[in-house]
Amino acid sequence: MTPSAPPARRPAAFRRATLADRGDVIGRLMIAPALAYVILLVAVPFALAIVLSFSSAIAGEISFNLVGFRNFARVLPDPLFQRALINTVVFTVVSEIIVIALAIAAANVLDAAFVGRRFVRFLLLLPWAVPVSLAAMAWTWIFDSTFSVINWTLKVLGLMSGWLYWLGDPTLAMAAIITVHVWRMFPFSTVIILAGMSAIPPDVREAAIVDGAGFWRRLFHVQLPLLLPVVTVSVLFGVVFTSTDLGVVWLLTRGGPYNSTHVLSSLAFQRGILGADLGQGAAIALFLLPALVIAAVAMLRLARRAEVGA
Amino acid sequence: MTTPARALRRRLVRAVKRVLLYAAALGFTLFAVFPFYWMFLTAFKQNRDLYVGATNLSHVPWIFNAPPTTEHVALLFRNTPYVTWVGNTLLVGLVVVAVTVLLSVPAGYSLARLTGRWGERLGIAIFLTYLVPPTLLFIPFARVIAILGLQNSTWALLLVYPTFTVPFCTWLLMGFFRAIPRDIEEQAMIDGYSRWQVIRKIVFPLATSGVLTAAMFAFTLVLQEFVYALTFISAVGRMTVSLGVPVALVRGDVFYWGSLMAAALITSVPIAIVYNAFIDRFLAGLTAGAVKG
Repeated sequence: MTPSAPPARRPAAFRRATLADRGDVIGRLMIAPALAYVILLVAVPFALAIVLSFSSAIAGEISFNLVGFRNFARVLPDPLFQRALINTVVFTVVSEIIVIALAIAAANVLDAAFVGRRFVRFLLLLPWAVPVSLAAMAWTWIFDSTFSVINWTLKVLGLMSGWLYWLGDPTLAMAAIITVHVWRMFPFSTVIILAGMSAIPPDVREAAIVDGAGFWRRLFHVQLPLLLPVVTVSVLFGVVFTSTDLGVVWLLTRGGPYNSTHVLSSLAFQRGILGADLGQGAAIALFLLPALVIAAVAMLRLARRAEVGA
Repeated sequence: MTTPARALRRRLVRAVKRVLLYAAALGFTLFAVFPFYWMFLTAFKQNRDLYVGATNLSHVPWIFNAPPTTEHVALLFRNTPYVTWVGNTLLVGLVVVAVTVLLSVPAGYSLARLTGRWGERLGIAIFLTYLVPPTLLFIPFARVIAILGLQNSTWALLLVYPTFTVPFCTWLLMGFFRAIPRDIEEQAMIDGYSRWQVIRKIVFPLATSGVLTAAMFAFTLVLQEFVYALTFISAVGRMTVSLGVPVALVRGDVFYWGSLMAAALITSVPIAIVYNAFIDRFLAGLTAGAVKG
């Protein structure tokens, strides 16, 4: 401020403090609408999901009775439910392991300087940007039993003698679903890990090279420990997005063949919405909760540790 | 004598590394892009080129064997409700974005500046609600929507979509508001502005690009949504693109694969471009809260 600049306004000291000066009041007024919306349309439905799982609610009727643990007692011994629970875990764990391995490799590639790097990054991000339902349809067509280009290519290369019915065979259908999850999630993890990589100071790497550490030693003893926080974040998001996904399974297989690829969300949809048994659907969907709680707690701990470290 | 040999070997190793690097980059890119290439081929192939069984090894499916055609695209725009779906999606998107901005811009600023320690916890709580997935909420929402009599109505989507856009955008905007230096605001207050005037005349104008980013992401989240639309909307005329294309572009059991892939391609490309333009800010918002520094 130059001394000659005239004061734009009367100084605050000479003006009476009004409501417009009360930061705390304004703050509460500003957050209130969003908070009210989130409580009404996330917290209340969330509680309702729990209440419904203990009820005999049926779509189309307003009233319902509480029936205690009856829905859970019906669901737990159901082999279809057990299969869905196992599938959810298998799809999530297997695809996340592949995603992280691919993403660390891809991030290392993108971290190196080469011609067309930005363009490669743009192309790599496409699977994450595209609406999941449209991508799932493209894969459904790629895995088509009659026209699958994968089968044609394997045949021509002489790698396959019989015929692969991708979405008609339980094991292959699971492989197909995992492929789509990996395809969709690995760009997301790559970009997160890449961002973490560029935050590592270059002298750390140089010091390791000077000390004679080879590529693998640098990867496992220097880079990965430093990347652990970002890798954790990407795994947590990956677990949440993959374990709760309905679109991929629903559009690829509808839970088939022979109900072998159902996951919790598709079974909840089938029983709760298509079958109109809201109580049972809610009970099935509720089994997603433990994974979400673990992910949420892990994120909070990570945030707190980062705060203390900062 | 050994020196040139060693130099040669070093150059050779470097060249091999270079080739491996490009090969790896190419591999990842091909995996990511392959379904889009497949959409493109399918969308423009003539039916006699498209529907050739994969057992026919002499017919190469990776290329156009007959001249490309635009008949699938023409069919998509003339004889299917695709244009209606695009309209529905734009309508829902614009309304949801407006609601989201109105709710989350003030909330983001409040959490960044005005509510202190208590606000930080609230911010994390709001972010965590973003992790509550549609597949946990669609059953209670089915009940709520039924009670309100909104089944099969666009209003159902307008009511429910902000449940994922508001928490996310609030979190994103909180980060942008934190990045505005406090000094600017304090200086303005010393100059006689009230807190409210500071917010209105100084902070909001500075945050325009952040608000634009949040709006873009709210919009793409709406475009990508599938689960709620599948649950609430069954009338073909009220569907959004991401629901209508996979669910309603069928005649009986037969998919119009050419038109379907054309729709997927035409819808995906603009979203992908927008997404890429804003992805760095998106990631900053997504990870900044969880990992500081």
